[in-house]
Amino acid sequence: MSSQLNETPMLQMKGITKRFPGVLASDNVDFDVRAGEVHTLLGENGAGKSTLMKILYGLYQQDEGEILLNGKVINLTSPANAISHGIGMIHQHFMLVPTLTVAENVSLGLKSTRGVLTDLKTVSKRITEISKSFGLQVYPDEYVWQLSVGERQRVEIIKALYRDASILILDEPTAVLTPSEVDDIFVIFRKLADAGRGLVFISHKLKEVLDLSDRITVLRHGRVTGETTPAQSDRHDLARLMVGRAVKLAPDKPEVATGDALLRIEDLYVAGDRGRHAVQGLTMEVKSGEVLGIAGISGNGQRELAEAIAGLRTPQSGKITINGHDTTFCKPGQVRDVGLSYVPEERMKDGAVGDFDVKENLILLNHNREPFCTNGFLNFSAIRAHSEKLVKEYAVKTPSIDTCTKNLSGGNIQKLIMARELDANPKVLLASQPTRGVDIGAAEYIHERISQQRQNGTASIVISEDLDEVMALSDRIAVMFDGKIMGIVKQEDATRESIGLMMTGEDQEA
Amino acid sequence: MSDSFAVMIIVATIASGIRLATPFLLASLGEALGQRSGVLNLGVDGVMLLGAFGAYYAVLQTSNLYLGLLVGIGLGLLIGLFYAFITLNLHAEQGVSGIGIYLFGLGMSDLLFQKLVGTPRPILPFMPLEIPVLSGFPIVGEMLFQHSIIVYIAFALVPIMSFVLHRTTYGLNVRAIGENPEAADSLGVSVMFTRYSAIIIGNGLAGLAGAALAIELGIFQQNLTNAMGFIAIALVYFGAWSPKGVMIGSLVFGLVQSIVLQCKTFGVIPRSASDLASMAPAIITILALVVVAKRFKQPSALTKPYVRGG
Repeated sequence: MSSQLNETPMLQMKGITKRFPGVLASDNVDFDVRAGEVHTLLGENGAGKSTLMKILYGLYQQDEGEILLNGKVINLTSPANAISHGIGMIHQHFMLVPTLTVAENVSLGLKSTRGVLTDLKTVSKRITEISKSFGLQVYPDEYVWQLSVGERQRVEIIKALYRDASILILDEPTAVLTPSEVDDIFVIFRKLADAGRGLVFISHKLKEVLDLSDRITVLRHGRVTGETTPAQSDRHDLARLMVGRAVKLAPDKPEVATGDALLRIEDLYVAGDRGRHAVQGLTMEVKSGEVLGIAGISGNGQRELAEAIAGLRTPQSGKITINGHDTTFCKPGQVRDVGLSYVPEERMKDGAVGDFDVKENLILLNHNREPFCTNGFLNFSAIRAHSEKLVKEYAVKTPSIDTCTKNLSGGNIQKLIMARELDANPKVLLASQPTRGVDIGAAEYIHERISQQRQNGTASIVISEDLDEVMALSDRIAVMFDGKIMGIVKQEDATRESIGLMMTGEDQEA
Repeated sequence: MSDSFAVMIIVATIASGIRLATPFLLASLGEALGQRSGVLNLGVDGVMLLGAFGAYYAVLQTSNLYLGLLVGIGLGLLIGLFYAFITLNLHAEQGVSGIGIYLFGLGMSDLLFQKLVGTPRPILPFMPLEIPVLSGFPIVGEMLFQHSIIVYIAFALVPIMSFVLHRTTYGLNVRAIGENPEAADSLGVSVMFTRYSAIIIGNGLAGLAGAALAIELGIFQQNLTNAMGFIAIALVYFGAWSPKGVMIGSLVFGLVQSIVLQCKTFGVIPRSASDLASMAPAIITILALVVVAKRFKQPSALTKPYVRGG
């Protein structure tokens, strides 16, 4: 350790400041990477991680501060420029062209040995070499659209290695991977670091950060709030550095006696957008007072299932019963009338109207009913009183109830939606990705609220890609794969490994 | 009607179909290139009109047909530069600005025609260029190898464009940028340069298409193209953005047009129905579009302006 500290870092960012209109995205940040280490940049959404990395990759230019590569000041004006300095980036949203082959994707932007003609043969050969030496299995001639998410990520990594990247920026690389894919990719990251590269790992997943990092730098509001190592800290310390106060990572779950099944789904088939079955013969039930978590990688029918329950997508066959009513072919309004509250996955698309102000979004379900509406006229005093009450009760941080909703942070918009939905006293609560892109503080609050629903006798379903979230909230965990439930396990019997296995399609019931 | 007469008619119909397909082919090749890079240009018809007038006027003044073609291309390149500027630098909405280009071309070509020429005077078209040996073959020779030089150029461009798109780094860049410009930019490929060049070349081809039309007909008049440019855009969808597909589409369209013309000439279609029959190519194109184009996906980034980090 001590000998390492004396080495000059490969890369140093000194006093980086970047301003956007109205925001100080990066405030005098120092950051460095040494050869052979994984240095994590931890922080919430909007803490300034991405800004810092975009500066390092030449996508933005800093207003103040300098970047040193092996002790020399460099000027990064474009991605091409960053690449030529040996800086490679694995983007969170893969930078791949699905309609091109792996080799074509890798060769983009490279100087061809054959002048104006492409030279895919040479490129393919080197891809195979790189893929062999790091255990990154890919086939150069396959089209990217044919690849799984994990394979696409390998292509991303190969793209950077092909360009001899000595510094690799990994921008939330595990966001879309299954737990076993995460394990595999971590082995590769470690191998890359051991081979003398410097890795910058960007994440907000505390467990992964502790697993992979050599050093951890925490950012909050564009400022460095701490530097530590996995040996010196645990999840709670990191969460505190990120948020600025102690955070409860799992909500309290007092014992609650479960009651009747309030949501019952029998042999449900739902078509996806492209016509094929997205949900295939799904059967499950959720009892009063319990939280059923649905784990799984996105795109395995969760969205279609949620929309079918909410009445937004007509099932092809099967039966959905909510609170004793057959709602299989009901319209969304009718489903709500029998007691469903729905927190949709896309909060700005389906959950709230961005251009409406806070109070308008808060009464959106009841705007045509007493007391908010009398004979077709809106009753503003009742609306205001109700909105003030909800904003306070659910701790929605907003300048006023007349603020345009899209100006709130993701966490506060989600709290606003939760307030509206829970205020309806649901029999069944369906929450899809309730804390995706939400800061830890708000996530903690939302988890607490969902957990409280158990005492109210609500039957809750939480659909989430975040396994930690599912584990923390649920009484029972169902794993969805390819439109089917691979198995339902009690929370206390569930392990990350067993759930992770089911997420890849290994049947536990068989 | 003797057999040899029937063969003659069929040969003439096909030959004329190929000739009629040529302006469509040139224009839709250009449009396909632009769209592959992610930029929609609805102004093709306007560009064709300007190219047509430019070529007609140049030939009228100099009697040099090749100069006419060059003027047509040149005007196309110029409008392409302008269109690239407003869509790529100013991020103008592509659908609406394309219509603007169309209206500009429609009005400007007519204004120039009224001011500079006034009464239509015919120009001499290209003489058919008979390919040695090949044109001597019976039937095939007459059908395929006795055309004007523009026809050969247009059809030669099909394999050339295929080659450029699929075998060169430039083509790879175009295809990548039309699908995911962020990915290309992140690897140091210039989105600006690639789109600029694709649009400019594409519009140059539209200008050439107009020039080809005016020279073939030997005349210019208001709205000479009669919405051919819009058909060319439809043919890009029909041809699934591939040069070969676009060529097949143009040929189908040209042949149907030619058949309708022949039928009219021989009175197969009564005079009263002749206007209806003129609609046949358009209707057939629409039907074919519905059937064929549904199966292909357009470039993902089509009509979406690219802003780095945005």
